[in-house]
Amino acid sequence: MYMKTFTNTGNKDTRSGFGAGLTELGKTNPNVVALCADLTGSLKMEVFQENHPERFFQVGIAEANMIGIAAGMTIGGKIPFTGTFANFSTGRVYDQIRQSVAYSHKNVKICASHAGVTLGEDGATHQILEDIGLMKMLPGMVVINPCDYNQTKAATIAIAEHYGPVYLRFGRPSVPNFTPADQTFEIGKALHLIDGSDVTILATGHLVWEALEAAKTLNELGISAEVINIHTIKPLDDEAILKSVKKTGCVVTCEEHNYLGGLGESVARVLSLNHPAPQEFVATNDTFGESGTPAQLMDKYQLNSAAIIEKAQKVISRK
Amino acid sequence: MNSNIPYLKDLTTQVRRDILRMVHKVNSGHPGGSLGCTEFFVVLYNVIMKHNPKFNMNGEGEDLFFLSNGHISPVFYSVLARAGYFNIDELNTFRLINSRLQGHPTTHEGLPGIRIASGSLGQGMSVAIGAAQTKTLNNDSHLIYSLHGDGELQEGQNWEAIMYAAANKIDNLISTVDLNGQQIDGSTDDVLYMGDLKAKFEAFGWTVIEIDEGNSIEAIIEGMQTAKSKTGQGKPVCVLLKTVMGNGVDFMMHTHAWHGKAPNDEQLAVGLAQNAETIGDY
Repeated sequence: MYMKTFTNTGNKDTRSGFGAGLTELGKTNPNVVALCADLTGSLKMEVFQENHPERFFQVGIAEANMIGIAAGMTIGGKIPFTGTFANFSTGRVYDQIRQSVAYSHKNVKICASHAGVTLGEDGATHQILEDIGLMKMLPGMVVINPCDYNQTKAATIAIAEHYGPVYLRFGRPSVPNFTPADQTFEIGKALHLIDGSDVTILATGHLVWEALEAAKTLNELGISAEVINIHTIKPLDDEAILKSVKKTGCVVTCEEHNYLGGLGESVARVLSLNHPAPQEFVATNDTFGESGTPAQLMDKYQLNSAAIIEKAQKVISRK
Repeated sequence: MNSNIPYLKDLTTQVRRDILRMVHKVNSGHPGGSLGCTEFFVVLYNVIMKHNPKFNMNGEGEDLFFLSNGHISPVFYSVLARAGYFNIDELNTFRLINSRLQGHPTTHEGLPGIRIASGSLGQGMSVAIGAAQTKTLNNDSHLIYSLHGDGELQEGQNWEAIMYAAANKIDNLISTVDLNGQQIDGSTDDVLYMGDLKAKFEAFGWTVIEIDEGNSIEAIIEGMQTAKSKTGQGKPVCVLLKTVMGNGVDFMMHTHAWHGKAPNDEQLAVGLAQNAETIGDY
């Protein structure tokens, strides 16, 4: 069967996409300010810091204070981008985000690197797998998990134009960069990557490339998989999901996150309300992570193309 | 700005009546801390701050105030209404369903005068610092004011903020701490002794102004004007305001019992008798 293919233009880390997007915003939007909690290098915020020292705020290892300051900075028209690891961007500061940002509807962009198990060797203390759930439950919060360098850069630029709180999730490892460098990012608009008829694969973040790899193998096995990049988990593109599942009759959701509270649960809600269909989850199974290389961890926690293939076959058998 | 002392005293008495009537009507809310800070709010909004009751969230070209200990919303709402932010009749809706006057202040319902939600304690100083830094970025020379409970300083985020403000020379900020010595479970000394707060703020690099008579209109005016004179000198300014919780209603004074409890009909009558109507009830 013919299938559209995507080319990896070279592995890059998504956090560098964030850094590049922030650098661009520094030049184009004078209201953008950046705050960091002692992880400037890890978040790739150095160029912004060098270019705009007056708009860069080092808050030290004090994330709660960082979120509060960011909320306050919006009063007077600034657009603060906070940067730290996903774990410290969410769980550590949940109440600050809830009250000072989300409930107060402040225009803060919470930019979170090192999400998921692909943080690697640092282990479970730093590998948050619950952040999508925490953030999507906050009323008014937009939740975005781009898939590669180019898309993370485009998303970073796009969220400055959206008024309101945003959670932007990205990661540490170098992963295939395959989306167009000149793309415009539309919040909440799922990207249809591959047409298929037997199964819908909905993937977010690092799992999008794995889904494309899985679709190739499935194609060789005679299974036609449709692949959609759900870069925005909230607001979810219900229409794109339903259109695809109505065609294929089943779905596999893929994310580097706990199945509890993640993309999969959001999709399950849309389907159960509108078009019940068999669903399988490629996600962590209510567990913490551990030390290891990103590849070892993706394998052990079944977050790779092999897992997607297996779940795709299983879900088709349930139709 | 109106620094006519007899008027300010009349307004204070009227605000006390508002507080008592608001919490009584819904049999909930926090009268103790509200009454203790009534003189402070009256002075802040009528003498000290340059502010525009025609509310704009961004607050450019005016002084801004942030209430961190949001549970004393009754005094905040009353003073905002009587400063012209919204009609005093709306005080009737405090804590009722579909009201803009939520139990704790929020921007969510669009009440003029409120720029951040507060209630979960310890977050207001960080917010105030952020607003102060935006003022600086915008070349706006107006000041940021904030108010915090003393018990609230037990929340660690305050100390992150206190450290940051000094390190970054945030000198367009005046943070006032309501030192009433009480919190829900008892006196602050008994619940969690905080030691010498003046020495702590000074050790962190702040300028500290003490107002020993925090329920005296004249003392607050003098102390806050001194605090203003200390801004712009490379250091954040802290005002330690010694107040009496429940001030102006004898049976509510000097106790934590009225932190979060409303008076019954009889108690309301006693409280109102001690604070005769001045400017006019809502």
